Amino acid sequence: MSAIFDYLTQEPVWFYVRLVLFLVGTLAFVGANAAYLVWVERKGAGRFQRRPGPDEAGPWGLLQPPADGIKLMAKQVMTPPGADALLFRLAPALVLMPPMMCLAVIPFGDKLLACDLNIGLLLVFAFGSINVMALMLGGWASRNKYAIISAARVVSQNVAYEIPMLLVVITLLMITGTMNLNEIIHQQAGGFWQWNIVRGIWDFQAGHIGGNILVPVTFLIFYTCMLAETNRAPFDMAEAESELVAGAFTEYAGMGFGVFFMAEYANIVVGCALATLLFLGGWQSPIGTVPAEWGWWGTLLGTGFFFAKMYFLIFCVVWIRWTFPRTQFYNLLNLSWKILIPVSLVTLLLTAGLLKLPNLF
Amino acid sequence: METPVDTSQIVKFATLDDLLALGRANSLWPLTFGLACCAIEMMATGMARFDLSRFGAEVFRPSPRQADVMIVAGTVNKKMAPAIKTLYDQMLEPKWVIALGNCAICGGPFVYPNQYSVVEGVDKLFPVDVYVPGCPPRPEALIEGILELEKKLTGKRRFPEVKIP
Ligand code: SF4
Repeated sequence: MSAIFDYLTQEPVWFYVRLVLFLVGTLAFVGANAAYLVWVERKGAGRFQRRPGPDEAGPWGLLQPPADGIKLMAKQVMTPPGADALLFRLAPALVLMPPMMCLAVIPFGDKLLACDLNIGLLLVFAFGSINVMALMLGGWASRNKYAIISAARVVSQNVAYEIPMLLVVITLLMITGTMNLNEIIHQQAGGFWQWNIVRGIWDFQAGHIGGNILVPVTFLIFYTCMLAETNRAPFDMAEAESELVAGAFTEYAGMGFGVFFMAEYANIVVGCALATLLFLGGWQSPIGTVPAEWGWWGTLLGTGFFFAKMYFLIFCVVWIRWTFPRTQFYNLLNLSWKILIPVSLVTLLLTAGLLKLPNLF
Repeated sequence: METPVDTSQIVKFATLDDLLALGRANSLWPLTFGLACCAIEMMATGMARFDLSRFGAEVFRPSPRQADVMIVAGTVNKKMAPAIKTLYDQMLEPKWVIALGNCAICGGPFVYPNQYSVVEGVDKLFPVDVYVPGCPPRPEALIEGILELEKKLTGKRRFPEVKIP
């Protein structure tokens, strides 16, 4: 047994073992998350509107996602006449690929990450922006005027919100000084007062003012941009059903449409995981640190903390969706260009100044 | 005397067809559209008091490609008929139709000599699976219609039948 373990943890072999584990793991994780986040969403929608939500299929409606899956898979497959068949079929695959790539560098626990990349944050944002291309491709290839209009909207929305998101992340990078996501989490060890969302205001360890006293605002901007980037209500211009039939995926049926939905939820997971590890200390415990001698159990506990924080943020996404009505499109762009970008620029300047401040005394 | 034992009732294998039918019956996504007063009752069915979502049928899809069941709720005018026919044709197999209200069933109160505007029954345009009568039918009636459609798919009724004394 231990001989097998030794063989598997040899360096070149370990790499492939990790690769396979990662592929299987992410596919299962993304699939399960997508299925059961839909359930959370429908159940949550029910509760927010004072009705029970799905509860006939299985206990508490828990068999609803498999039923939907079976239904979607058994639906007729069709490429609309005149559509670009290759691109039309490629778009669902392309839209699911970026969030799965992003999951490769996200540390769910101390050692629980597929690839310890020193530019992990950059990779997440690089792949995050491909997602838009895939949605646009889907809208374009389906040869439907509503799909094309909404694809154009998705692009302008995502471009508008990418900028404040990157600006606020830069303010954070100036504090952390590294793009390695696991490193960023390691810096936040010690308790909730060491998390970036508090440490930015007052650095308890060093005993002086933190790098970015507006860090709660930064977090809010990040979260808002995350909502917009993942095309969630109140910014769900990609699927504005009251204006544009069903948005960019009007022509998709069956599992093609299902994959777009999976990708949406996978993006939410990636976005919330990023918010967790950038601002809320990732897998760090809220009080004290998990002792190193706990080994894998400690890692597991850390993963528990990570998921607790992440799913809380995801629940907030659902909460926001069923609480706020959809914004108008120009309001959406105004919010980004006139409010979020100036504010994030101010936080950027402030951070640059404040980081120099402790050196002056 | 020997009683024959019917083994088919003891050992039950879930064939793929049964599974498919169960999946479809539990996720009947209707197409979002309403034509007249009956549509208000359809909306009420989705709301808090009656809650269509209990049966997984609250996902009103705006695109006919993603919808499974078309609830024709209201009066079908001759001007509207081509649009409805197009929507029906754009829906992908398998698809079902519920005719909600007397208007969709047979023209309802609009049947009189020399009437020129209303299609007398949506089944003149395409096949209808379930007819839900009433002017307008109560939301319970629409839920009953959905359950009837599920029965048509799976061959079983979800709830026990209410016996009228
Ligand atoms: S059946 Fe009655 S309630 Fe329904 S659309 Fe016709 S007139 Fe209106």
